[in-house]
Amino acid sequence: MQKIGVFVCWCGSNIAATVDVKKVADVLRLEPGVVISETYQYMCSENGQALIRNAIKENGLTGIVVCSCSPRMHEATFRKTAESAGLNPYMVEIANIREQCSWIHKDMDEATEKAIVLGRSAIAKLKLNAPLTSGESAVVKRALVIGGGIAGIQSALDIAEAGYEVDIVESSATIGGNMAKLDKTFPTLDCAACILTPKMVDCAQNENIDIMTFSEIESVKGFVGNFKVQIRRKARFVDEKKCTGCGVCMQKCPSKKGKNEFNMGLNNRPAIYIPFAQAIPNVAIIDPEQCLKLKNGKCGLCAMQCQVNAIDYTQKDEIIEREYGAIVVATGYKPISLENFNEYGYDTYKDVVTSLELERLMNAAGPSDGHLVRPSDHKEPKVITFIQCVGSRDTSGCGKPYCSKICCMYTAKHAMLIREKYPDTEVHVFYIDVRTPGKNYDEFFRRAVEQYGVDYIKGMVGKVYEENGKLMVQGSDLINNEQVVIPSDLVVLAAAIEPNPSVRKIATMVTASIDTNNFLTEAHAKLRPVESPTAGIFLSGVCQGPKDIPETVSQASACAAKVVGLLSKDKLKCNACVAHSDETLCTGCSVCANVCPYGAITYVDKEFRIGGGKTETRRVASVNEAVCQGCGACTVTCPSGAMDLKGFSNKQIMAEVDAICKR
Amino acid sequence: MQEMNNEKRPLIVAFCCNWCSYAGADLAGSSRLSYPADVKIIRVPCSCRVNPMFILKAFQRGADGVIICGCHPGDCHYTTGNYYARRRMSLLFSMLDYLGIERERTRVEWVSAAEGAKFSAVMNDFASKVAALGENKRLEDLRCKE
Repeated sequence: MQKIGVFVCWCGSNIAATVDVKKVADVLRLEPGVVISETYQYMCSENGQALIRNAIKENGLTGIVVCSCSPRMHEATFRKTAESAGLNPYMVEIANIREQCSWIHKDMDEATEKAIVLGRSAIAKLKLNAPLTSGESAVVKRALVIGGGIAGIQSALDIAEAGYEVDIVESSATIGGNMAKLDKTFPTLDCAACILTPKMVDCAQNENIDIMTFSEIESVKGFVGNFKVQIRRKARFVDEKKCTGCGVCMQKCPSKKGKNEFNMGLNNRPAIYIPFAQAIPNVAIIDPEQCLKLKNGKCGLCAMQCQVNAIDYTQKDEIIEREYGAIVVATGYKPISLENFNEYGYDTYKDVVTSLELERLMNAAGPSDGHLVRPSDHKEPKVITFIQCVGSRDTSGCGKPYCSKICCMYTAKHAMLIREKYPDTEVHVFYIDVRTPGKNYDEFFRRAVEQYGVDYIKGMVGKVYEENGKLMVQGSDLINNEQVVIPSDLVVLAAAIEPNPSVRKIATMVTASIDTNNFLTEAHAKLRPVESPTAGIFLSGVCQGPKDIPETVSQASACAAKVVGLLSKDKLKCNACVAHSDETLCTGCSVCANVCPYGAITYVDKEFRIGGGKTETRRVASVNEAVCQGCGACTVTCPSGAMDLKGFSNKQIMAEVDAICKR
Repeated sequence: MQEMNNEKRPLIVAFCCNWCSYAGADLAGSSRLSYPADVKIIRVPCSCRVNPMFILKAFQRGADGVIICGCHPGDCHYTTGNYYARRRMSLLFSMLDYLGIERERTRVEWVSAAEGAKFSAVMNDFASKVAALGENKRLEDLRCKE
């Protein structure tokens, strides 16, 4: 005989304001099998849990139903509570009467009635629950970091510092990411390279870190603790181990028309090149689109000049496979394409640039050696106009609905740096709002206005057009309630940032969820901000949402702490809700193995008694419980009804349907 | 009895996958985006866990509408589960239509964990369509009398 306990939580007023919790408890007490039904203000609190523990012990309960918040919130909590009172943790069911009841309904009678139905449904399921035990699987003590920007670098360094091996896989030829392109960083104005490159060098020198640049993730298989990842090491036509980074090849290369990606295409580079002086690894790479030897077989100058014979025109992509216990996604961002914003003339006028291009124009290692000149005629601009929110906070569908978060601050930085270095330059900024939450951020912005005399104009820009050699920026000044036209020499667009497009493919491979803006979703917006809902996948940096460098670094370190916590375990408890085959029913038809995404089902020959002292050997399905992830695809496919899923069995779900449909 | 039928609210069973749609429903809740209380959610690990039997059972027991929600195609937590669900349900729903259970009483929707607003909108829309059809009497004779 089952003895079921029902515990209805008030959640303060979150549930109790819309659901008559006392009535729910009273009605559910009458359900067959229920021996105790109680309410408490906060069931998840220490006192609430003690109430449950005592009830289990005093009444010898065989299972409990907690009517509370979502099981995604506190199922684990109440399972632990049950376990500590000697009950199997899987003899716990949660009726979600907060997120899926009290918070969405206003009418008390309606919500109470629904809560009772949800409670009944949980009781019906619980009656068919069986105690489950989870298996264990070993943890591969190695982490993979996808992306070698500041987020990936920081996560990798922290994981390596804790003593675990970590691989950084970066799609471009060097680590460093967007931060390496920046000139100065707000709010302290330190030089980006000065604070980033030492970290890049640390990565290269740390014996726990293996950097794979110009490489991409090909496939990901497995599960938390045991991922098998294929990595494509793309051909760079230079032997990484031999190249010393001397740069002679770059000087001799006759093909110098490649767009310099590091300088945002503002100048050219040779076909064989090192992305920038402090690149890690400091190794050349050949651009096959530009290389004369690779294009038409003529040239070979670089190979002749190379003292260490590092050039290898025959190099091919190579695919390697490695195992990891945890994966950090740190794929970063890129500025959006501005094709939907023709009114600003980015494609038409050379002197309309994005902020990231301006960073390169101001950088001492940039195309103009740090001398701020217009791209068109290399003259110093005397009037510079910044346009904020280009594609950010844009609900028209042309841009992004979200705030890119970093633009207000970097524009204040740009404006300040320009006024500092070229005091006779006029600087105007068109803005919708100036958003500066952050330590010393508002002070920084005020300095731009008060100390450096930057002209901030509240209003949006309608268009940018050329007249008498000037770029005319026409916009509205909302504070003075007038239209203004500012003849400018250089126009800088604060383009919205979006997740690196590669993140979609990666999210699919690691089965991480992604939102409508292609940002990766965290397991819980507030309480688990660096974990993906998929166990073993962690989120670092802008791939999770727009953020600046200090926030990115904090998140990257938080991420590393989570990874280290995972890797420090020798064994992980597997999911207990796994598929199970009833061998007496199985016909060995192979349908289940065909639909299993994990290859968890194999077939074994087994002997069965068939009466009269005879036996027969039949081929039956056998589930590898350590590999099964419990999706249930096999259970629905099985024509003989042999396959079932523990914890979500056919009978259990049928019982829920029954309870809900009972009127 | 006849009088009660006039006031009878539709009964809608929603199967939601744990990773996307159930989380989407939770997000609808924490964002206080309401939908009718007629919708009762059953949590399943994946949309591919929904056995056609569950849907038949629901209709046989008097449900007026059944909706299955899963991760967007390509985003399934188990890689391919929602594709199985999609194919399976399109077959089942056309069979149900043939049996006289109108097409509007069954639906498959993709709702991600970030789409609380979509979850609420889908449920409002589905519930109103089902309510407009009225009570589902087609399988009444199959119903077990208790």
